[in-house]
Amino acid sequence: MISRRVFLKDGGLALVSLGFAPQFLARAVAAAAPRRKVLVTIFQRGAVDGLNMIVPFGERDYYASRPSIAIAKPGGSAEAAIDLDGFFGLHPRMAPLKPLYDAQQLAIVHACGSPDGTRSHFDAQDYMETATPGVKSTQDGWLNRYLHAREHEHATPFRAVAMASQLPRSLQGLAPALAIGQIGQFGIRAGQATDMVQASFEAEYAAAASGVLNRTGRDAFNAVKMLKDADPARYSPENGAEYPRSPYGDALRQIAQLIKADVGLEVAFAETGQWDHHAQEGAAVGQLATRLADFSNGIAALVRDLGDRMADVMILTMSEFGRTVAENGNRGTDHGHGNAMMVIGGGVRGGKVYGKWPGLAREQRYEGRDLAVTTDFRTVFAEVAGAHLGLTNTPHVFPGFKGPLAVGVVGA
Amino acid sequence: MRTLRVTVLAVAALLAATSTAGRGEGTNSAVPTNPDDRTIVHVLNRLGFGPTLGDIERVRRIGLPAYIDRQLHPERIDDTALRDRLATFETLSQSTQQLAERYFLPAQMARRERQRSPAAQDPSMTTESSAARRREALTPAQTEVVRMEREALSELMQAKLVRAVYSERQLEEMMVDFWFNHFNVFVGKGIVRLYLNEYERDVIRPHALGKFHDLLRATAESPAMLFYLDNWQSAAPEGATLADDNPARRRAGAIRPRTGFGRPGQVRRPTTLANPTASTQNRRRGLNENYARELMELHTLGVDGGYTQKDVQEVARAFTGWTINAPRQGGSFRFDPRMHDDGEKVVLKHKIKAGGGKKDGDDVLALLVAHPSTARFIALKLARRFVADEPPAALVDRAARRFRETGGDIREVVRTIVTSSEFFAANAYRAKVKTPLEFVVSAVRATGTPMANVLPLVQAVRNLGMPLYGCQPPTGYADKAEAWVNSGALLNRMNFAVTLTSGRSGRGPGLRPALGERATPEPAIGSAELVKSALAGEISEATASTIAKATTSPQALALVLGSPEFQRR
Repeated sequence: MISRRVFLKDGGLALVSLGFAPQFLARAVAAAAPRRKVLVTIFQRGAVDGLNMIVPFGERDYYASRPSIAIAKPGGSAEAAIDLDGFFGLHPRMAPLKPLYDAQQLAIVHACGSPDGTRSHFDAQDYMETATPGVKSTQDGWLNRYLHAREHEHATPFRAVAMASQLPRSLQGLAPALAIGQIGQFGIRAGQATDMVQASFEAEYAAAASGVLNRTGRDAFNAVKMLKDADPARYSPENGAEYPRSPYGDALRQIAQLIKADVGLEVAFAETGQWDHHAQEGAAVGQLATRLADFSNGIAALVRDLGDRMADVMILTMSEFGRTVAENGNRGTDHGHGNAMMVIGGGVRGGKVYGKWPGLAREQRYEGRDLAVTTDFRTVFAEVAGAHLGLTNTPHVFPGFKGPLAVGVVGA
Repeated sequence: MRTLRVTVLAVAALLAATSTAGRGEGTNSAVPTNPDDRTIVHVLNRLGFGPTLGDIERVRRIGLPAYIDRQLHPERIDDTALRDRLATFETLSQSTQQLAERYFLPAQMARRERQRSPAAQDPSMTTESSAARRREALTPAQTEVVRMEREALSELMQAKLVRAVYSERQLEEMMVDFWFNHFNVFVGKGIVRLYLNEYERDVIRPHALGKFHDLLRATAESPAMLFYLDNWQSAAPEGATLADDNPARRRAGAIRPRTGFGRPGQVRRPTTLANPTASTQNRRRGLNENYARELMELHTLGVDGGYTQKDVQEVARAFTGWTINAPRQGGSFRFDPRMHDDGEKVVLKHKIKAGGGKKDGDDVLALLVAHPSTARFIALKLARRFVADEPPAALVDRAARRFRETGGDIREVVRTIVTSSEFFAANAYRAKVKTPLEFVVSAVRATGTPMANVLPLVQAVRNLGMPLYGCQPPTGYADKAEAWVNSGALLNRMNFAVTLTSGRSGRGPGLRPALGERATPEPAIGSAELVKSALAGEISEATASTIAKATTSPQALALVLGSPEFQRR
């Protein structure tokens, strides 16, 4: 990273080549734009079946409870789980993630989830995104509270970006955050008259009497120009990375572009859906397998594409709750409780499945049916926010949370 | 506005003597009798979704005090033109049971069959083609029922915009929107979508300017709210005395004892649930506090209204057994004594005697309506909607007092606010930033854009971040500027202005169909006319000069609608 883009207060964008810049300027740039850590969060909406994603093949009860959808023990076959530690294995379609685990850049926290027992997608997603399980009236998301707690003068309009048409709950709140469907579409779209119309609106808002419209208008047009100058679309995937051709794959590809374009991205959000497999879930092949392939290919492509930049980037995956230990009458699984989360990045103490494993015997289950939760999801959130992003004001972001504040996944 | 204040006293005296006299209404009306354009535009922007072409003259002809009084009595306003427009939406008048039978249950069955079909589990199905494949997996008949279900919801959303744009009863639409948002339910939570139509039509609308107590009771007993905030499955905790086990009640003959039914301390779940999975999932669950908490925090007392966690639990106990009869078939409210905790409760220091049954919940509602915190909280929210994000304390005090004096008569509280000197004060003018709904509707009204196809507008409101019926948390959408002003949203508003006025498709939400059968996309209104009728001619020099520089008429209109002035009301 010899050259850095510096976002100046007036909204202009200066390209400063540190090698040739006067020393004072180089120092100023270094001070003004410290290399910021980036967090990419991925929400698997619909409650992924964590027990077929991170397979506890060492559990007899796993196989007893899932006669038609269990993933076979590791052992040569391409249909079998990929061994991680002699007890847990990856779903076979998640093979692209195995090299990351082996390189200790991927950590898994199993039996992880919410202290609240709701099995409503709506409530559980809400609780996870606000990080206030059981409290419905929380208005802001945990990522937004993080942004608010760590506001700084070098923040750019692209500090927090959701690659989505609407801002997810996680990013809603007082701190500015952008929802962008397609980065190529961000800006004024008026055909041939675009430049003229944009300039006109800019003039109107520059003269606006109202503080908030005036300020936000200026921010908006600065962001448009910044994006235009940085032109993230020119960054094609590197290192042979191939993103899946899905909205989720597109989102990750564009997040990589924003990171490479140095527009000040600190928190990114992407989501992937269709995890709610009540019927015909499948095992090594089938509906879940297809979704897991998309999910894993996306993460693997992002990591490969970002290359050395992964030293500063962390990817955090989550889903609102897990699914029943036993399969149901339709060869699917119903809404459950505990699940697995993944943390990926250069700063991760990977190559390990974290969390106290509660076992799958009936009496070990939550309400006799689901994987019990032994790690509060907020523990993982808090560790990533603290150890990776540098948050110190933990109570502000996780109100009422008594900890623990780390499982030990961050800190290579 | 200083001159306005001078006329205030004279007007108040006049009004007290004429239209409002004898009805026990506030006599401090500050409504000017000889208003200028900006005052009329202000009223049109606050009591409704903004002026249409010609509204300023119409209001002046009727007289501003009379106009406001008429809006406070929507039943006196002829709205047949709107009714004719809405007649094309056939689901609006159907009962929930009809909607369940015709749309929701068939679609649910189609989706289940689809999940079981071989195509849905084809391993070769790649992600990018999965959606298409899944559609292919449906038979034409299944595709049709799924489409019809979507259509039923879509009609509701379209109707909301049609009403906001065309209703003569603008204040009523404003109030329906306000109360729906106050008692928010979310289309995306389970079967709420099945009940949305009746919730707005039969629960909210009839009481929008009525008595707060009636409105609160109607929401408390509505399946939409019971499901959304989980009260339908809240049952007496273990060890509680159930309503149909209570010896006192049995002696009183309130409920006949059931032979062979559960002993005290054992909670039996109702067996009437349409979905066996749900009943299995919820077995052994006791008290659910969600409704109790939001009832006090969001519906009545407000977060600092003076209740404790203990009160939340006691209120939750009072509402146990308030449930839904066969929810997935569109059933209605039902009190189930087998789920009700019939012991004594203490709510806000008031004792509710054991053995009250369903009445426990009614008692709690009455307590809450009478509580001074409720008067204050409702007054504050209304004043925020009608006057300013941080409304003047004196006005909130007066409105709260009016709430208490009238036993929670919403019409009179609103009247107090919209006839107050604070409402007409200079610092209230354009003090509110429009929500996306207000922005889109006011733009359509101001330009007179015909709405032949409303769907692109539904989509536009969604793109601006305010999907109709799509607010997830029970707080409802925020009514403050900072929630709606961010750079992405602002650019989207400008793009909406461009698209609406250009009539060109393939850009943004693609509003060409909204222009309907009109042969030419050339807007019917000129930019000067628009500035005068929608903004009372008051724009900044910068806005005026950019409009003057526009090369086409649609462009000039876009520069008005996307301007900072038009973002405010």
